[in-house]
Amino acid sequence: MTETLIAHPGARLPEPGPLPNRLQLTDDGQLRHMLTIEGLNRELLTEILDTAESFANMNEKAVKKVPLLRGKTIVNLFFEASTRTRTTFELAAKRLSADVLNVNINTSSAVKGESLLDTLRNIEAMNVDMFVVRHEESGTAHFIARHVAPGISVLNAGDGRHAHPTQALLDMFTIRRHKGDFTKLKVAIVGDILHSRVARSQIHALNILQTGEVRVVAPCSLLPANVDQLGVHVYNDLDAGLKDVDVIIMLRLQRERMEHAHLPSEHEYYQLFGLTSRRLQLAHPTCLVMHPGPANRGVEIESAVADGPHSVILEQVTYGISVRMAVMSMVMGAHQA
Amino acid sequence: MTPDVPTLLDDMAEQARHYLKTHGIEQPIVVGIHSGGVWIAEHLRERLGVERPLGKLDISFYRDDFSRIGMHPQVRPSELPEDLDGEHVLLVDDVLFTGRTIRAALNELFDYGRPASVTLAALVERDGRELPIEAAIVGAHMELGPAEQIKLRGPEPLRLERVAIDPEDLEA
Repeated sequence: MTETLIAHPGARLPEPGPLPNRLQLTDDGQLRHMLTIEGLNRELLTEILDTAESFANMNEKAVKKVPLLRGKTIVNLFFEASTRTRTTFELAAKRLSADVLNVNINTSSAVKGESLLDTLRNIEAMNVDMFVVRHEESGTAHFIARHVAPGISVLNAGDGRHAHPTQALLDMFTIRRHKGDFTKLKVAIVGDILHSRVARSQIHALNILQTGEVRVVAPCSLLPANVDQLGVHVYNDLDAGLKDVDVIIMLRLQRERMEHAHLPSEHEYYQLFGLTSRRLQLAHPTCLVMHPGPANRGVEIESAVADGPHSVILEQVTYGISVRMAVMSMVMGAHQA
Repeated sequence: MTPDVPTLLDDMAEQARHYLKTHGIEQPIVVGIHSGGVWIAEHLRERLGVERPLGKLDISFYRDDFSRIGMHPQVRPSELPEDLDGEHVLLVDDVLFTGRTIRAALNELFDYGRPASVTLAALVERDGRELPIEAAIVGAHMELGPAEQIKLRGPEPLRLERVAIDPEDLEA
């Protein structure tokens, strides 16, 4: 995709980072696009979680649908493979009664050399209302948000190493359902922080929600250079990092993103950074074990832990639908206001 | 002067008893619409001696004005005690005005099952209906000016108040 983007003058990818809010919020502070957690305030995050809570209760109904986005068309624009994220976005849209179009660009026009903007303009011409975008390049969702017609919302479903805001929100939702108040919690994020957009979004969300202590636990080779600026405590030793924590978030070892040898071997990684039943005992007795999936069993997490009583990994998937419904209905509502 | 709410409730309970008796309904499910309707529904349920738990509906996800005013900030979860298939529902709201809230509530109710019947009870019925909806049990009928509305304040004590209309509430 990089080549096709450069081919367009003025279509340079923005550096993700400062001032995303001018883009993702309306003048009166409502969510118009969901691009990154960074810069959002505690009230807005809480409002998203509260809205998700009302959707979570919908599962008791015989008809698990509400007519909120009836007549809206939502396009899943996925430039990178995904099963869980795409299907939960799709199901969220369908439960809001929207129509969903799945476009997998790997198999479509990208290979024919059509540029991102051309693809965008063509789908826009079909009168759609929302793009859900996943791309291997950081900043793609921002780029699309800057170029879409007014009235269309863009949701970032993961861009490069930058952000995966709805994943972080569903993780916050899962933590809040089990633990309530964030201010007293110790949360450890363990694993490949360097390549993880999920970790970056989680760290922002945890800090905005005023979490008592946020730890990142990783070997030096899997930590970004500026990690100390993220407002976290850094541990290079897993046993020390897990001591008394209330929540452990394991990250997937991103084999496909490892261009260089960051690790001697997966076996050694498991010995040093794998979450085993023995290590779990170092954490608080009611500790939650979370993982954004898909988990590499025997690489970052022992099967018995992934399937054990502390694990809320499958709940995360369920809650992903409610949280995505909340974000979708809020951004669509903001355009109307 | 606005009518006294406890007196209206006594009168509504009397009408409801008669209605349920003539229709052969022994244990209805009493369902209130957030927020005012829930307060009224709870009092009616007590006065009628209904043992089944109170149902609560938040119709925000079913409103027909979402495309105009967007998401309601505080949506409370709807709670319905059980499967509604074959049940007699006594649907309760505080003020029946345009009828749009009731339309939304009916849509939501039917997502929980197929009730045998739905009967509408309203504390106040005022002019301004925009849909073919009427209440079988009514506390008070009121004619209000076009720029006026009636609000139920509560939960304790419950009282009715005439206020100048808020344009945002016009559709409610």
